[in-house]
Amino acid sequence: MLSFVVRRLAVAIPTLLILVVLSFILMYSAPGGPFNSERPLPPEVLANIEAKYGLDQPFWKQIVNYVSGVVTSFDFGPSFQYKDRTVNDVIAQGFPVTLTYGFWSFVVAVTVGVSLGVAAAIKQNSWLDYLAVGISIGAQVLPNFVMAPILLLVFTLWLGWLPGGGWEGGQWNYLIMPVIALSTSYMASIARITRSSMLEVLNTNFIRTAQAKGLPMRRVIWRHAMKPTILPVLSYLGPAFVGMITGSVIIDVFFSTGGIGQFFVNSAFNRDYSVIMGITILVGTLTILFNLLVDILYAWIDPKIRY
Amino acid sequence: MSLLEIEDLRVTFTTADGDVNAVNGLCLNIDKGETLAIVGESGSGKSQTAFAAMGLLAKNGRATGQARFDGQDLLAMNTRQLNKIRSKDMAMIFQDPMTSLNPYLRVSDQMAEVLMLHQGLGKSAAVTEAVRMLDAVRIPDARARVTMFPHEFSGGMRQRIMIAMSLLCQPRLLIADEPTTALDVTVQAQIMQLLGDIRQEFGTAIILITHDLGIVAGFCDRTLVMYGGQIMEEGPTDDIFADPSHPYTSGLLKAVPRLDQATEELATIAGEPPDMSRLPAGCPFSPRCAQVLDNCRTERPSLDVTPDRRRACHLPVQEVA
Repeated sequence: MLSFVVRRLAVAIPTLLILVVLSFILMYSAPGGPFNSERPLPPEVLANIEAKYGLDQPFWKQIVNYVSGVVTSFDFGPSFQYKDRTVNDVIAQGFPVTLTYGFWSFVVAVTVGVSLGVAAAIKQNSWLDYLAVGISIGAQVLPNFVMAPILLLVFTLWLGWLPGGGWEGGQWNYLIMPVIALSTSYMASIARITRSSMLEVLNTNFIRTAQAKGLPMRRVIWRHAMKPTILPVLSYLGPAFVGMITGSVIIDVFFSTGGIGQFFVNSAFNRDYSVIMGITILVGTLTILFNLLVDILYAWIDPKIRY
Repeated sequence: MSLLEIEDLRVTFTTADGDVNAVNGLCLNIDKGETLAIVGESGSGKSQTAFAAMGLLAKNGRATGQARFDGQDLLAMNTRQLNKIRSKDMAMIFQDPMTSLNPYLRVSDQMAEVLMLHQGLGKSAAVTEAVRMLDAVRIPDARARVTMFPHEFSGGMRQRIMIAMSLLCQPRLLIADEPTTALDVTVQAQIMQLLGDIRQEFGTAIILITHDLGIVAGFCDRTLVMYGGQIMEEGPTDDIFADPSHPYTSGLLKAVPRLDQATEELATIAGEPPDMSRLPAGCPFSPRCAQVLDNCRTERPSLDVTPDRRRACHLPVQEVA
């Protein structure tokens, strides 16, 4: 198990390196630059600025400088757009915000989704099942960029219950709408996967054995059916988590929460190379770590899996 | 009083293509410590009879009639009442040992929970008891292996574990639903030997459901032959084998390959098992019966009961070939 984790982490390093180089090449080859604006700068000024940031150097030298900075000292360089701030500063400001509502969205999506799915499966073809399936289909067809304005319309403009945006250190009333908007469609998918997985498990021979033992239904479900039910859900959670982090782009835009999504979008518009790179590497690292975590959980739940 | 007494059992499944009648008016009884074989082809309703008694029918199935265990009607019980009897007084082992144990739980946990539930034992006492039972079904090195997962055992070993698990509370009735079908022939013999020993040692009554006449012969006191969800005949096993009183039984016996006679070709019963959603009006076996009479197709034969045998056939006994 330990050697598996070490091996996976070792593979992660070249993966990240490829990610860094590829995104650097993509950024480099995109037309325009951070200092192109509608009113062109005088050529001497532009040359000066580019020299300051090292943009006048040949491509290979730029990439070597960048990668060595990242690898040796976690230095993602200065931001081109936000004066006097490094990429590390930008991430340190935005990431805690994203992580906070991302975490709560994740918790809500998993708990509500799994409960809804299990309830629907146990009471298959009852009103509860139809209700759960109805909710999950409804939630599925409402992506977050549709959910967000609807929530704002209802809870801020009509009812006036919740603030229309901002963060304020993540107080609960600022947190509610971002979390709902971000978690809903994931919750729906998790509910659907859980329901069909549980239905399948309830038809297996070992569940029949558990019933033949005289175990009460509650115990059959929790002790015998839950583990195999959760496995397919688990493999969905890796990509779902990444989706929530990148989905934060929309949340930040609608609710002005100020997470990394907002910086990501702005830096893409402004060709703020170093910030884009920094966030890309951050999300890439999280993806790799989270998929590793899912694999470890898999092995813990399913005794047939040994790495 | 009989241990289990089934009367006019009917099992019906509602499907998209209409109702399927898996069991049609079955009656049987088994006494304490007795062994009864229920024999029939696939789809004859033998397994569904057992599932109905255990309350384990699929969701779309329903059972009517009576199944009295110790005088209490199992079919009238709700799940909570059934749970007090399941595994404690009446246990069941299944056809496929490879999938009948929970692959995600240790054998010790799966076995211990039965004792913790029905006898209120603590975890460690329950595991000790489980090890003792695994020893009894001859799992080598049971003390060390009890904490393993099912996939770490072979098919034969898993069926032994299933048997040990079903016997933990010393039930008075064990229903074995084709316990050897999924196993190698040599393992089959060991499992049958084990069931025989259990019967000797614990005095457990056993209903053995099988399509394999070979394993019935040396094992069961009585044999009940089913076809199309109905009784064809029933009687002491030796009598049934020596002197079948129903054309279906004699067909089955002829289809068993014999080592002591040179035969070119295996005997078979012509035709196919019946479509349970469209059973013929008369005897369900009539479309395939070699000795069919005119009224067999239109009139369902009634069950003739003599002191130790029952048969449902229009053909006079002495004419059965």
